[in-house]
Amino acid sequence: MTAPTTTATLVLDGVGKRFATGTVALTDVSLRLNPGDFVSVVGPSGCGKSTLLRLASGLETATSGSVTVTATATSYVFQDPTLLEWRSAARNVELVQELRGVSRADRRARAQEMLDLVGLTGFERQHPRALSGGMRMRVSIARALVAEPDLALFDEPFGALDEITRLQMQTELQKLFVLKQFAGLFITHSVSEAVYLSNRVLVMSGRPGRVVADIAVPWDYPRDPTLRYDPEFATLTGRVSQALGEHS
Amino acid sequence: MTTTRPTELPAAPPDATPDAAPEERAPWWRTTVARTVPIVLAVLGIAAIWYLLSYVVLPPSQRFLLPPPHQAFGVALSNPNISVPMFEALWRSILVAIIGLAIATVVGIGWATLMAQWSWAEKILYPYAVILQTIPILALVPLIGIWMGYSFAARVAVCVLIAVFPMISNTFFGLQSASQAAHDLMTLNRATRFQRLRKLEFPAAVPAIFTGLRTAAGLAVIGAIVGDFFFQQGAPGIGSLLRVYTQRLSMEPLLTAVALTALFGVVFFTAFAALDRAVVGRWYGRTAR
Repeated sequence: MTAPTTTATLVLDGVGKRFATGTVALTDVSLRLNPGDFVSVVGPSGCGKSTLLRLASGLETATSGSVTVTATATSYVFQDPTLLEWRSAARNVELVQELRGVSRADRRARAQEMLDLVGLTGFERQHPRALSGGMRMRVSIARALVAEPDLALFDEPFGALDEITRLQMQTELQKLFVLKQFAGLFITHSVSEAVYLSNRVLVMSGRPGRVVADIAVPWDYPRDPTLRYDPEFATLTGRVSQALGEHS
Repeated sequence: MTTTRPTELPAAPPDATPDAAPEERAPWWRTTVARTVPIVLAVLGIAAIWYLLSYVVLPPSQRFLLPPPHQAFGVALSNPNISVPMFEALWRSILVAIIGLAIATVVGIGWATLMAQWSWAEKILYPYAVILQTIPILALVPLIGIWMGYSFAARVAVCVLIAVFPMISNTFFGLQSASQAAHDLMTLNRATRFQRLRKLEFPAAVPAIFTGLRTAAGLAVIGAIVGDFFFQQGAPGIGSLLRVYTQRLSMEPLLTAVALTALFGVVFFTAFAALDRAVVGRWYGRTAR
């Protein structure tokens, strides 16, 4: 694998999160995301995976431990595409730079570039209602990449997509990762998705969540989609599933 | 013989002919017919019942209580001494409704925006919105009269009081309709409060605001008539005339004025319902830009 061009890191050290309601979502979670890492987090539902991401993004603050982010730009892809219904695809992508006061011409050009990158050329002026679920998620990813993030956080972005679209989106996200070289933290409940996309898979226990296994994935990027049928791939997903089963 | 003749006919301006409608849409005249026919049938049905009551149900000695439509409208509209003041009064009431609705819209949106932006503003302003809605307007009418006089301004005030609540409640609901994730998106991109309002909350509220406007339009008409009815100083509105005709038991002008009032309400409401459909349809991109 080529050396990463970015230096973004994310370090969680002994992080715990207790909500005001008294619910303990996370206890003593430590993880390190190195430059060029693409790390997936799998765990039973309700184990605090999403909370982990919200802490990393700064949307929530940890009640114990520390979260250290060294990144010039962080982006966040939501579970739901979270597009503004009254804006066209292009204007949705433009939003991020609009909020930063980038000139209209510049942000238009940039939005076009991003939409071309995610394969939505020709759909710039369509409103979200006119797009399929997969296309909406592409717009969402284009929006996340518009500010050239060196750290990208993904909160189960493909969870609501059908299997075929999902596999396709995984392949395309990996292409973007190889091309853009951001460090990625990817939440998912799909073990094969985690293994296919990542160089490390973290397994979390049930609530209160903590990291119980850190499994390295050996294959170089870009990975061929047929890797999923490789016996070694099956062995690795089996190991992740086993770790999940032991701690849920 | 020389005649100067243009060698070419002037080209029609590009927008002279409407663009071809999208394939799935029926031609405009067909949708218009489809919408109009039920309305015409309903009007004919009402006229039929009216004739039935006048000629069959009422004995001739009591027919003056409900003269048949042609007589009621004919007598009132053919006499300029009746019809001219009636249309003038109707126009004044329309004006009251339009001005009242405009004020209610501005006040309602402003009020809701304040409530949505600051929770202390919500705590202070929300009870008054509820009071506005629950106090019977008739209880406020004498006060309005005492404070604002008994003419135009007071009528507009009644109109605003009746129409403002749906503007407040719909706008407020709309401003809060953006999803938590959309708010997170704004937070992550360090949007200022004003950016959040302008780019997320306000656009998200547009459909609800237009729904509120539709309801408020119907209420503004009621407010204008009620205002006329109670505040009789100055030039009369159609509501004042209703009262005058009732006192004189002049049935033909009374029935005509009631019909005109009903027509006014229907047209006003329909206009805003059409505006609602047009704007909100375009808002979500159903109509291509």
